[in-house]
Amino acid sequence: MPDPRPPVQPIPDSKTVSEKRRRLSLVWLVPIIAAGVGVWVAATQILSKGPKITIVFRSADGLDAGKTVIRYMGVEVGTITGIRLSPDHEHVIAAAQMAPDTDGFFVADTQFWAVRPRISGANVTGLGTLISGAYIGMQIGSSGEPKRDFVALETAPIISSDVPGRFFTLKTGDLGSLDNGTPIFFRRLQVGQVASYVLSKNGQYFDVKIFVQAPYDQYVAANTRFWQASGIDMQLSASGLSVQTQSLLSILIGGVAFETPSSGGLLTEADADTEFTLFATRTEAFEPPARNPQTYELVFNESVRGLLPGAPVELRGIKIGEVEDIRAQVDAKTMNFTIPVTIKLDAQRLGIKVVDANAGVDLANIRKQFIDSMVARGVRAQLRTGNLLTGSVFIAFDYFPDAPPVKIDWSQHPVELPTIPGELEAAEKRVGDIITKLNKLPLQEISESLNHTLGDLDQTLMSARTTLDSANTIVAPDSAQRVQLDKTLAEIERAARSVRVLADYLERHPEALLRGKEAKTK
Amino acid sequence: MSTGVITAMSDRLQHCETCGLLSRPAPGAIDGRCPRCDEELTFRKPGSIQRTWAFLIAAAICYIPANVLPVLSTTTAAGTESDTILQGVVLLWSPTGWPLSLIVLFASIMIPSAKILALGYLLFSVQFGSAQNHRQRLRLFRTVEFIGRWSMVDVFVDTFTAALIQLQPLMEVEPGPGLFFFAAVVVLTMMAVESFDPRLIWDSAGSPEASYA
Repeated sequence: MPDPRPPVQPIPDSKTVSEKRRRLSLVWLVPIIAAGVGVWVAATQILSKGPKITIVFRSADGLDAGKTVIRYMGVEVGTITGIRLSPDHEHVIAAAQMAPDTDGFFVADTQFWAVRPRISGANVTGLGTLISGAYIGMQIGSSGEPKRDFVALETAPIISSDVPGRFFTLKTGDLGSLDNGTPIFFRRLQVGQVASYVLSKNGQYFDVKIFVQAPYDQYVAANTRFWQASGIDMQLSASGLSVQTQSLLSILIGGVAFETPSSGGLLTEADADTEFTLFATRTEAFEPPARNPQTYELVFNESVRGLLPGAPVELRGIKIGEVEDIRAQVDAKTMNFTIPVTIKLDAQRLGIKVVDANAGVDLANIRKQFIDSMVARGVRAQLRTGNLLTGSVFIAFDYFPDAPPVKIDWSQHPVELPTIPGELEAAEKRVGDIITKLNKLPLQEISESLNHTLGDLDQTLMSARTTLDSANTIVAPDSAQRVQLDKTLAEIERAARSVRVLADYLERHPEALLRGKEAKTK
Repeated sequence: MSTGVITAMSDRLQHCETCGLLSRPAPGAIDGRCPRCDEELTFRKPGSIQRTWAFLIAAAICYIPANVLPVLSTTTAAGTESDTILQGVVLLWSPTGWPLSLIVLFASIMIPSAKILALGYLLFSVQFGSAQNHRQRLRLFRTVEFIGRWSMVDVFVDTFTAALIQLQPLMEVEPGPGLFFFAAVVVLTMMAVESFDPRLIWDSAGSPEASYA
């Protein structure tokens, strides 16, 4: 190699420095800090992964993997990380990554639901989700049993678990205007809401779950009555028009009211989840509950127009039951068209007491004897018009001593009780009978003979008149007969006077009859 | 001197890094000061390899979270979306947007990793006294030095976006934690390049002065 060294003279000497450099530089702190930060970030990332759960939905509508969040009381506690179909393609299974320290949230009765915009009756919920998209709401259960796989609710529960109060179940055949969130009223104060409802398996009734907030839940006793306070309950009765409403809100969206009857004494509070019947109206709710209803059958041969199921059955004016069913049947042998009416009697429910019943006596037996004796005494069922305006008809049991005797056949089911035609029917029949009899009268002959008789009568009257005329001439004041008569009468008067004098004398002197008249001088 | 390369050090001359004055160290002293500008004089940057390693390792550590953590989180009414660099590349990859996607891929993923690998290679070759490919290695170093600052473009774009797009409550863009690590990677690699003394490349194996590193 050639020597490229140029002449570098003169090159000055550098100054000396006494301090020594450290061999291990402080610069190593940089990677240590970087590693520390990296480890810290990694640790927080790993630790910030909470439990993984799965939620089964009916549909993934509005749900988005990686975007849809799970919120509890508005706080984001997790994110949906994946959405897939269930193996049977019936459901959607969403996997969710939850926030750290949320393990305690996931217990057996924790609930999830998708929050989507929802407008119902009185409330609008989830409006924010119109813009932000759906999210998943959750409610932490109180159970201690951990769970990781959940099935989402169809709709959000109305009541959050941290509100004190109790749930009750109402059974109703007709949902009416009830919906989730429908208010519950107690003395017109809103004290709760309808939480959910499910149709029973056989489709016969709804199980409506309601929530009554504390402290009002203490007013729900075992004998509390619930009724649908939907809208306006108007009743036109003999006492006039009565209108019952709850609040304006309930008129608009319906509601459920409850009240505990004051009679029957103080009962203990009902346990949570007690089942009650939801009545249609307050009146119905306060009717005594059915206790031991028996079904009987009444066969009518007349028109049952105006008779409806639910019509009252009365015994001497006291309601003892209701009409349950009205059918029609044709007897194949006799070709008779009859209308069997099924009635339900529940005397106990209606407060009819059996007086002087020995303890242990079979009530059914007493009932049998009672009905037998009543029928023997002539009690029969009859259709009667209850309301002339509406033409509604009810069934009355009453005494008809003239009714033909009937023996009740207790072997059949339901037992048939004897009937007699209704009042109107009976009256019609009587009038008909009279008309038939009238028809049978020989009116033609009667009138003919009457004519003859009248002619004879005419002649008789003529002769009677002449007789009376001649008699009149006899009794005229200026007639000779009259004068003579007057004289005769005067003569008779005098004779009568002397007879009286004689009689007086004889009364005082009865001996004169024997001895004759005594001298006056004496 | 096996390669026969003549360096200032081999002639016991020191070169001032600040004013460029060449001086001869005082006898008996290892380090001195520039007689003109009073700058400390060394034959080679003191602790160059050590410092470079330190910065390089720190950069390599930060490179992992920079790519794993989201660099940008976009909050719109539809929800919050956080994207890492690689997700951004995938997101940009479309029939029309692929050049942009490639730019991001090169600037944000390949270049930082290439820098780290290149510096690592240079350090290894210097430490083990490799006597080959001096020129290529020097060219590599120059390239790394030149390209380093451009990686910062990503960080600038990100921060600008975050600063400009603040349309609360409709839309909001926030830098993610990955961005800080990414910036750290860029800064640390630049510092590593800065602390690396390219003259070491020429100090071949067997040279007694190699111990300066």
